[in-house]
Amino acid sequence: MTRRSLLAFFGLLLAKPLTVLAAWNEQAFGAKTAADALKNIGASAAAPSKDIVIEAPQIAENGAVVPIEISSNIPGTTSIAVVIEKNPFPLAGKFDFKENALPFVKLNVKMGETSDVRVVAVAGGKQFVATREIKVTIGGCGG
Amino acid sequence: MAGPMKMRATTTGGTTEVRVLMTHPMTTAQSGQALHFIQNITVKQNGKAVVEAEISQAVSRNPVFSFRLKGGAKGDKIEVSWLDNKGETNKIETAVA
Repeated sequence: MTRRSLLAFFGLLLAKPLTVLAAWNEQAFGAKTAADALKNIGASAAAPSKDIVIEAPQIAENGAVVPIEISSNIPGTTSIAVVIEKNPFPLAGKFDFKENALPFVKLNVKMGETSDVRVVAVAGGKQFVATREIKVTIGGCGG
Repeated sequence: MAGPMKMRATTTGGTTEVRVLMTHPMTTAQSGQALHFIQNITVKQNGKAVVEAEISQAVSRNPVFSFRLKGGAKGDKIEVSWLDNKGETNKIETAVA
C-alpha cells in the first residue's frame, strides 16, 4: 500500500461519517412555500386522511412555543412531516420511524402567525395528509 | 454551546415513551442573530436507530420531543443524539425504567 493510497483511505474514513450525519434535505427545508416544501419531500399528491391525529391548541397565545402532538393510525406509517403553511420556511420537521418506533411525535414549534399546519404521513409508499388550523396571538419567529 | 440534555424513558402497557430535552438556542434568521439550529436527531434503542429526524429552525428553543416505541423492556438502552448546522453535536443515554 502506497503512502498516497493510505492517505486516500483515511480521507475516506474521515469523510464518510460526516456525509452520513449531514443528511438534511436543504431543498425542502429551504422552500418558502408549503407547496414547494411538499414537492421537495415528494408529497405533492397526498390524499386527505382522518387517520392522522393532530393534537394542538386551537389558539396558541405564544407563537414561540406551540405544542403539537401527532400520531398516525395508518398501518405501516414510516414517516411523518410537519409543514406550517405561513412560516417563512414552512417545513418544520420530518421524522422517519424504523424498527419498534411508533408513528408518533410530540414537539414544540414556532409559528409566525395564524396558520394551517399540515401533517404528511407516508405509509406503504403512499402519502396522506391532515390539516389543522392553529391561531396565534403573538408570533414567535423572533426567537 | 452544546448544553446539557435530559431524558426519561419509561415503559407501561407495552409502550415505551421517550421524552428528551435538548439545550439549544434554535435561533432563526428573523431574530437578527446568526442562524443556529439543530438539523438532525437520532434515537437509538439498544444501538439500533429507531427514529431519524430532520428538523428546521421552526422548532422552539430548548427543544423537547416525545417519541414512542412498541414494546421495550426495563433496562433497554435509549440514546438520543443531535447535530446542528454548525457541526456541534451532543448525546445522552439512559436505561428504560
